[in-house]
Amino acid sequence: MAEEKRKRIAIIASKGTLDMAYPPLVLASTAAAMDVEAAIFFTFYGMDIINKHKYKSLKVAPIGNPAMPSPVPMPNIIGMLPGMTAIGTAMMKSMIKGINWPTIPELVETCIEAEVKMLACTPTMEMTGVKKEDLVDNVIVAGAAEYLDFALDANISLFV
Amino acid sequence: MEADQVLNCRGMHCPLPVVKTKKTLDSMQSGQILRVECTDKGAVSDMPAFSRRTGNELLETREEEGALIFFLKKK
Repeated sequence: MAEEKRKRIAIIASKGTLDMAYPPLVLASTAAAMDVEAAIFFTFYGMDIINKHKYKSLKVAPIGNPAMPSPVPMPNIIGMLPGMTAIGTAMMKSMIKGINWPTIPELVETCIEAEVKMLACTPTMEMTGVKKEDLVDNVIVAGAAEYLDFALDANISLFV
Repeated sequence: MEADQVLNCRGMHCPLPVVKTKKTLDSMQSGQILRVECTDKGAVSDMPAFSRRTGNELLETREEEGALIFFLKKK
């Protein structure tokens, strides 16, 4: 039952690979649907998830990732060969499409529509030369204090 | 059970059924009934959790032709 004071979830998204972009967006959009106030603080590589020039083409690398499914068994070191990241990414994208799962841009849009607070870390932007206009609309440019101000009253706080 | 609106979530996976259910309920009047059709196995526990947290009462759950059917009453 929704209480007078809404529940809150605060998530830090620090990774920019295709696989790691999903959990923050899935949790935040679901939370928002359940009348929970949600915020995601995008920092370091996590910023790519809300970068208009990058979020359609997030990648996942087989190298260093022994859990990555492979059509044929092969040593992990094969992942260092040129093109393996592209192959791994294409495979994962086709698996995602195969179950009719939303793309990252679609999930970002879902979060924004559901009024998830999307916070972009200012030092990361400075460091990587990313401008506010490179990011999706409705992003709030903020620092750690703004995130903490929200997260201090959160019932769930996650670092992804 | 008569429903005022039907939401087809067949073939959709988490988080879409819950997100779309919320969106559809937002467009409805209080007391109206929404029928949600899901094939996502997680919906069996997701929909009751959604109902508990949002206060939109889950009136009935049943299975029809391999799909889970939920009837939710808008708060």
